[in-house]
Amino acid sequence: MLFWLLLAVNSITMGGLLFLLSAGFSLIFGLMRIPNLMHGSFFMLGAYLGATFLARGMNFWAAALLSAAAMVVIGGLIERFLLRRLAGQDLAQVLLTLGLSFVVADLCLMVWTGDPIQPPTPPGLAGAFRAFGMFFPIFRLAIVAIAVVVAVALWLMIERTRLGAMIRAGVDDPAIARVMGIKVSQLFTLIFCLGAGLAAFAGVIGAPYLSIYPGLDADMLPLALIIVILGGAGSLAGALLGSFIIGFLYNFGQALFPDLAYVILFLPMLLILVLRPQGLFGRVG
Amino acid sequence: MSALVLEDLCKSFGGLRVTRNVNLVVAPGERRLIIGPNGAGKTTLFNQITGDIRSNSGTIRLFGRDITRIPARQRAHLGMARTFQIITLFPRDTLIRNVMLALLGLSPLRWNPFADLDRRRDLRERALAALARVGLDRLAERALSETSYGERRRVEIAMALAQEPKVLLLDEPLAGLSLEERREMSTLLAALPRDVTVVMIEHDMDVALEFADRITVLHFGEVIVEGTRAEVVADARTREVYLGA
Amino acid sequence: MPPGAVRALCLGAALAVLAALPWWMANPYYVNIASQILFWAVFALALNVLVGYAGLTSLGHAGLFGMAGYTAGLMLAAGAGHAAAIVAALLATLATTAIFALLALRATGIGFLMITLALGQILWGIAYRWASLTNGDNGVKLADRPAPLGLHLSSPDAFYLATFAVFLLCLASMRLFVRSPFGASVRGTRDQPRRMRTLGYNVWLVRFLAFLFSGFWTGVAGLLFVYYNQFISPQVVALQTSAEVLLMVISGGVGTLFGPVAGAAIVVVMKNVASAYVERWNMVLGIIFVLIIVFMPEGLVPGAARLVRRGYRGLRAGSGPAAAEAAASPGTAGR
Repeated sequence: MLFWLLLAVNSITMGGLLFLLSAGFSLIFGLMRIPNLMHGSFFMLGAYLGATFLARGMNFWAAALLSAAAMVVIGGLIERFLLRRLAGQDLAQVLLTLGLSFVVADLCLMVWTGDPIQPPTPPGLAGAFRAFGMFFPIFRLAIVAIAVVVAVALWLMIERTRLGAMIRAGVDDPAIARVMGIKVSQLFTLIFCLGAGLAAFAGVIGAPYLSIYPGLDADMLPLALIIVILGGAGSLAGALLGSFIIGFLYNFGQALFPDLAYVILFLPMLLILVLRPQGLFGRVG
Repeated sequence: MSALVLEDLCKSFGGLRVTRNVNLVVAPGERRLIIGPNGAGKTTLFNQITGDIRSNSGTIRLFGRDITRIPARQRAHLGMARTFQIITLFPRDTLIRNVMLALLGLSPLRWNPFADLDRRRDLRERALAALARVGLDRLAERALSETSYGERRRVEIAMALAQEPKVLLLDEPLAGLSLEERREMSTLLAALPRDVTVVMIEHDMDVALEFADRITVLHFGEVIVEGTRAEVVADARTREVYLGA
Repeated sequence: MPPGAVRALCLGAALAVLAALPWWMANPYYVNIASQILFWAVFALALNVLVGYAGLTSLGHAGLFGMAGYTAGLMLAAGAGHAAAIVAALLATLATTAIFALLALRATGIGFLMITLALGQILWGIAYRWASLTNGDNGVKLADRPAPLGLHLSSPDAFYLATFAVFLLCLASMRLFVRSPFGASVRGTRDQPRRMRTLGYNVWLVRFLAFLFSGFWTGVAGLLFVYYNQFISPQVVALQTSAEVLLMVISGGVGTLFGPVAGAAIVVVMKNVASAYVERWNMVLGIIFVLIIVFMPEGLVPGAARLVRRGYRGLRAGSGPAAAEAAASPGTAGR
């Protein structure tokens, strides 16, 4: 019983982290129509930066925010100076993010070496509290709480603000948004920065739980990809649902079928592809 | 038996009903003109007839055979060919290659990975003949990207003719052509053999009216007038929606 | 002499020089590099069928490549003979390709790319995590290379000659494909799928068959790879490999017969040179990728030709025509 409950707590934690990762991925995909293959890199680079700040004695949350801010800047530079040059050529843009992901992976290997880093849990949140005769790790619950706060904040932004209205219009139809006088290109930069920052933030707060190692980027990217295929491009609710589905599959798969845990993650995606011929990509070939 | 019959054909996009209960009967060998203001649903109707988009309801018959649920590619094999309002050709290939692709579409040869396409004499000659019918045989080896807009319109027709269709659908074949090109095109259209049934959407009334046996006026997705040239031109509703602008 | 004959003569001479390579190249290290170039070229040619001719960019081909290598390796480890292992590997690769195609052809463009990426990751996951089957991170070792027609392929020279023969077969089949009616059908579905449908083509089936053709040669390349290294590990199945072979196709020039071969040569040589001096092959790979996509989307070979032409015209006539030239040359990576 305890085992299952712990597994469920871990699943929810993972779901929260995945939401922070995939919300930005989904918005970028919905708006710019490209899967950002650097998204795992943002997560990993953010985590490494955060770990470095922590090692310098910085407060955990300050490190997470600073790392996110750094990634916002880096994301903005990439969008403005590289992706922008290839506007309208979606395939070239995707391949560009793929190439950059290799550069980032190698840079990280160069700077932080191949040894895994596991930053300590922030002091105030270490340990567990007792309830219903069981122990719950506080930090993991904190991750979930943060994910919920971010989800609500993003939802309010999308649904209640002028900026959100523009994003929604852009996701529905970029051409129409342009006609309506929305500066779609500035919106792209904004969303790309936001996605990069969120991914980095997730990387830092996930680090004590997942640890940081070479290949973390390649582990996270496919998860974001699956979640968006499941949840639909540009849909926050879809990203949330997809994140928790994958969070549960990840942990329960790991526990029950360790050999096939990774493959199981892809099953919902395959089902969607088989059962919904039009897929979530719109038209059939 | 009629060449083409549409019964209560409907198509909506979202809540927008683009074609509404369209009924149309085209006799073999007939030249039918479909006119109507912009947004009347003419091109959508064409796409429904060729199977490019699925109809929501209604029936399409080609020489008596119900083809409503048959995919676009099989309609081509049943003798239906079309041209596109927006030119849809293969820009990297030569003119003759474009026409050869049209010929291949109906030939089992298209699956052959071993033959050398350039050495298929039979195919080349038939493609050349189709180009000759639109007066482009001299430019057969020219790359499509190096031809004029008017020439491309004629390549569209050559590709359709090469398939020796029983029913030919022409979507604004005169669009964007110069005065002289229009004259050439109308001569070309007039010379089409009578065993081909032609349905044409066109805005150029001078050429189109002369060409047509019967005319259908489409307005907001509905057929509002149908008849001979004289009848349609004389009809008050036609004037109202189209001519009397 | 007509230009066609000159080309044929040059090509024949080049192939003769390549065929004789073991006799004029004394250093086995270079012979081995030549073998690598050739089997990577087979892989790149295979991917080019999809990327170049069908206009479908796959990021999952490493999975198919690895499927062939792993099947052969595991069959041999289980005691099967080389012939059985090779046949089984090709059949398994074809079957996997068919499944890939069924799923990925639900979409085109970016959707196709995402689905193939995910499918490739599934195979990577199997190779890496299903340790009881694949030996996980430790990979699979092959004890021996085969000896077709009594010629044992253990020496670099013998292996090179066998690889060269397979490469020639592949090149010939590609040439046949490109010039065939079926090849024309595939290119047609790339340029105007909707028009192809109204012309009577089954666009889906054309793409499916092109995918199978691509998968077959990917399997052959995977077999050459695994026999060359006598070892295969999950790294081979990773996204990196898919990206690397895509770089070969793009750098050489998509949709051309010799582009992928040139691309394979460039990437393999760079990889060997880079790894001799720096450890940073992935960084080099990424940077080249970015540079090519941003500055030479049509590929190194056509791109370099364009830059030279532009420079030449720029010298003669100022900058005006150069801009027109740049605008007129179609960017192919965006397709």
